[in-house]
Amino acid sequence: MSATGTGAAEAPRYTKKDFESDQDVRWCPGCGDYAVLSAVQKSMPDLGIPRENIVFISGIGCSSRFPYYMNTYGFHTIHGRAPAIATGLRVARPDLKVFVVTGDGDGLSIGGNHMLHVLRRNVNLTILLFNNRIYGLTKGQYSPTSEQGKITKSTPMGSADRPVNPIAFALGCGATFVARTVDRHIAHMEETIKRAAAHRGTGFVEILQNCNVYNDLAWNVLYDKEQRLAHEMKLEHGKPLVFGPVDARQALIMDGVKPVVAPAKETPPDRLWIHDESNLNAAKILADLFAPDYPVPVGVFAAVSAPVYEEIVLDQEQRAIADKGVGEIAKLLKSGDTWKIE
Amino acid sequence: MSETAARAVTAPKPRRDLARAVVRFAGDSGDGMQLTGEQFTLESAVAGSDLATLPNFPAEIRAPAGTLFGVSSFQLQFGSQRVYTPGDRLDCLVAMNPAALKVHVDDLKPGGLLIVNTTAFDRRNLDKAGYAANPLDDPTLAERYRLHKVDMTALTLEAIQDLPLNTKEKDRTKNFFALGLVSWIYTRPLDPTLDWIKKKFAKNATIAEANVRVLKAGHAFGETAEIFSECYQLEPAEMAPGLYRAMTGNRALAWGLLAAAERSKVPIVYGAYPITPASGILEELAMHKRFRIRTIQAEDEIAAASAAIGASFGGAVGVTASSGPGIALKGEAIGLAVTAELPLVIFDIQRGGPSTGLPTKTEQADLMQALYGRNSEAPVVVLAPATPGDCFFIAYEAVRIATKYMVPVIVLSDGFLANGSEPWRIPDPSTLPPIEVHFRTDPAGFFPYLRDPATLGRPWVRPGTPGLEHRIGGIEKQDGTGDISYDPDNHDHMVRTRAEKVRRVAQEIPPTSINGPATGDLLVVGWGGTYGAITAAVERSQADGKAVASVHLRHLNPLPPDLGHILREYRRVLVPEINSGQLVRVLRAEYLVDAVGFNRVRGLPLATEDICDTINQLLEGH
Ligand code: SF4
Repeated sequence: MSATGTGAAEAPRYTKKDFESDQDVRWCPGCGDYAVLSAVQKSMPDLGIPRENIVFISGIGCSSRFPYYMNTYGFHTIHGRAPAIATGLRVARPDLKVFVVTGDGDGLSIGGNHMLHVLRRNVNLTILLFNNRIYGLTKGQYSPTSEQGKITKSTPMGSADRPVNPIAFALGCGATFVARTVDRHIAHMEETIKRAAAHRGTGFVEILQNCNVYNDLAWNVLYDKEQRLAHEMKLEHGKPLVFGPVDARQALIMDGVKPVVAPAKETPPDRLWIHDESNLNAAKILADLFAPDYPVPVGVFAAVSAPVYEEIVLDQEQRAIADKGVGEIAKLLKSGDTWKIE
Repeated sequence: MSETAARAVTAPKPRRDLARAVVRFAGDSGDGMQLTGEQFTLESAVAGSDLATLPNFPAEIRAPAGTLFGVSSFQLQFGSQRVYTPGDRLDCLVAMNPAALKVHVDDLKPGGLLIVNTTAFDRRNLDKAGYAANPLDDPTLAERYRLHKVDMTALTLEAIQDLPLNTKEKDRTKNFFALGLVSWIYTRPLDPTLDWIKKKFAKNATIAEANVRVLKAGHAFGETAEIFSECYQLEPAEMAPGLYRAMTGNRALAWGLLAAAERSKVPIVYGAYPITPASGILEELAMHKRFRIRTIQAEDEIAAASAAIGASFGGAVGVTASSGPGIALKGEAIGLAVTAELPLVIFDIQRGGPSTGLPTKTEQADLMQALYGRNSEAPVVVLAPATPGDCFFIAYEAVRIATKYMVPVIVLSDGFLANGSEPWRIPDPSTLPPIEVHFRTDPAGFFPYLRDPATLGRPWVRPGTPGLEHRIGGIEKQDGTGDISYDPDNHDHMVRTRAEKVRRVAQEIPPTSINGPATGDLLVVGWGGTYGAITAAVERSQADGKAVASVHLRHLNPLPPDLGHILREYRRVLVPEINSGQLVRVLRAEYLVDAVGFNRVRGLPLATEDICDTINQLLEGH
């Protein structure tokens, strides 16, 4: 039983249809979740993993209905706990490919603690965090990623709390793969999901998702053609960090320890910031950037290699067995101090 | 030790036969009283005594020295007859400092043996214990008890004065002086402790030598000092022949899981968050990776339960443990296991509450939490071990039931069982009932909520099985297909089905064994760690010719099918519990019997004497 081998060699050839379950999809018409579901189903055949070895685990929320719609193994669990449940599953079954589907409330509010620990442990699984900056299933209260001052039914005079940034949070927890993609950028989403799924360790993907009912166009900066053109900055390993329209290309550079935006044309090549996915410090700086003062980075912020939690657990077990053989209860019972009564 | 050696007498002192004795070692947290007690226990077990122990220590790890709340003690009762409890009143108290004397002396029987370390009775320690004057100078103490003032620290230092150790290191061995002395008084063999020293300090010959010398000095002191006029010996208890070992409840729970993993051939994943008094199980299991037990020290109680559930979904047996506060946190997750119909074993090592309560003390007040402490209708199986050794069989049984019925099983142990130990006859694991786990692999006609007609359990499918891909979750499901269902009648049906599944576990319960006459004036019903106290009390009443019997429940949900009938065979029913009356409520509700409770919630085991008094009062019609 290899910890990462999920039977890639003998995987049959699948199409998207093979991953569609027979359940009626029950999201609101126009919800961004549909696009994500479609992208995930489309990405699955390319993973080269037999369908029966794939498990989707979710918590509670609109996005957490996801497993019902995937024709794989699936477990729709309790609010916020999917990372912990998935950790137990991986420890029991390191031969399975495990996905966690969660949202901004599920993953960063009620389940924030588990998110922290699954990331720092680097459990080998893929986390898709749908960030729509609102509580959808409970009908529109502000979420931990909502902007401060957000007017919702539970905050008629505006929310008092400051938002958490999922990317910065994940990097702060020691995540080894952190990426951002957008529900309306289908090709980018598929590509990002596939890369995350192939990562050895926890692959964390923030998917900016539209809740058209309770928080429509929260990510308009990346939907609206002009705004997107002005602000979207694609992160590509080994390439300079530039963005903006062709005729007004901007470069993101460092001025001392502060990121600044400068016209690309006037920036000498040796001052350009070349994106390096293995540089976690750089990723942490990029994580905090957002429009309007900065570009909005999308893509892979960081991808580094680190020991995987359950592989260490399993390795210790194998070493203990190699050392002294498989345990025998009959022997253990008689070990240590014993005495006979005739 | 030159002086005492010089006074060596050639004629051995008289040995008096004794049936049983209750001894308590008490001192500062740093005085090594737990170790002293454990070694004395081992010596007594090897001498063939039956015994029961009661460790009692403060919640603070390094409580300030010399204070009343920093006192740590270890009590045991040992005897030549069956010993059920650590004993109520003490025959012998060893007090290593004034605080220990103050906290414990009232538990000593009048005329009991009181051994004090006089060195520790200095002004500072007396102040800390709140003694205005030195109690050892008060003549009433010597009148009430057989007081022996021993300058233990001085005698200890003298025995090892030539060893290259500093005073602190030397001082630390004085507990073995006390152990040697008490071992002499009760004719306990020193060999088990000498062996222990050899193993423990294999890498430090000087420390080993110091401990050996001090232990022997204490022993010799008893033999030679004129103050001890006699010592005691006990016939070995009549115990079933076999190989024995000392067993604590926490270790027994852990080993029961190992046995279950071996027998079922299904790996166990144990998720836990450190909490007193359950952490010992996690630590014990972590040492036995060779048994394919995988332990996860989770980030919190909820994650611990969740990880266990995830493992069960994956086809391993998920186990989680905690004490009361942690079980409260796990409630929602346990509900998920109820509705997902997955096996899950939950150990609750009960302690004093509510909230943080008395973390290191025992209690039985989580029964209602185990039965009902979740949202909505979420029935689970509830078991409770009766003795430390019984924890082994209960843990095994919990895995067997959980996997057979696809149901969560809560095991209610407690702080007393967890840390207490008993001489335990080592069972032959091949005599344990088999744990037969069948994973469904056949896709033909498969639905996730099809049911076994005998157990109502649903099929357990390991992800990775081709053709059986399916989704389950916390939303109500259509019986059979497992599809999401909001249908009112289906929900009502599922609520009843989940309850019926738990009820069917009754078919696993053997006929209830009754200790005493099958009909009579009084039946005493108990559960959990009060087994010893209740049994001892009932046997005492029976010896007095009273028509009293007892029944001890190991299955609390479902209850034994023959229990209702048994309850009606007695005029009165008494239910002693370390809570304000939980099982008694269940019995009254379930069987409409006029059962009465005996309840003390002091963080301590029930006293046999108190139960005896209550039995007498009830029989006299009070
Ligand atoms: S409430 Fe919002 S997030 Fe939920 S399904 Fe509807 S549109 Fe999607």
